[in-house]
Amino acid sequence: MMVPYGNVLLLAIILFLMGAVCAISRRNLIMILIGVEIMLNASGLAFVGASLKWQQFDGQAFVLFIFAVAASEVAIGLALIVYSHRRTGSVNADHYNRLKG
Amino acid sequence: MTFYGLIFYVLAAVTLVSTVLAITRRLLVHAVVYLIISFFATGLLFYLLGAPFLAALEVIIYAGAIMVLFLFIVMTLRIESSKKSARETFRRWFPAILLGAISLLVSGLLVFEAPGSRMGLNARLVPPAVFGRYVFERYWFPVEIASFLLLIGLVGALYLGRQEQRPEEGTGG
Repeated sequence: MMVPYGNVLLLAIILFLMGAVCAISRRNLIMILIGVEIMLNASGLAFVGASLKWQQFDGQAFVLFIFAVAASEVAIGLALIVYSHRRTGSVNADHYNRLKG
Repeated sequence: MTFYGLIFYVLAAVTLVSTVLAITRRLLVHAVVYLIISFFATGLLFYLLGAPFLAALEVIIYAGAIMVLFLFIVMTLRIESSKKSARETFRRWFPAILLGAISLLVSGLLVFEAPGSRMGLNARLVPPAVFGRYVFERYWFPVEIASFLLLIGLVGALYLGRQEQRPEEGTGG
């Protein structure tokens, strides 16, 4: 007996909400991407805890795919940030207002 | 509380504190370095919860590759650090923290009212060889899709990061 399953889930929930708060309240695009990373990581933690509770490997297999999704998401996201920084000279989400008339 | 339980709570505290520090830093380099500590602690948590292969991948991919990529981009771009007044900061953080606290309250109640959440977890290690055999027997098709997704990510990053065409440079200035 290590820890109750609820504690692992609660830790994952707190981490996920921290990522969400970071993605909502920061204006910097890189910090928004970091918030998304924290959220993906927290969901992985919940998967691993559930995998241990039910003694099945499926949760761990899903974490593997979450890693793949996170890696490709970061590659595309950072490339987009560099691209838009080259165009507008800013990484602040509030400065992308060129569509405004 | 057992020895493993103590380790779990220490690692959880390290993860939470370093994540809080990471999301509140104004300088991006500090945020990234705190996040590396957080991902290391999460990797150790994976190991504690019986997934040594995923723990290694967490350190290699998250703390290694992804965070170094972030660090490179942060150092490459010139990022203006905007000084905000305290009132402005409060106005930006308050709604997010309020909504996060409400969600935490509701989901925490949900978790602890659910049957089986008090059940203790028994430590069990899944050897990487067994795990790999399981993944390639049961999930060979998602593995192919994941490889395709990584290829698309590579192509997309190359396309977005390419230099501008010559004629555009000449006319656009």
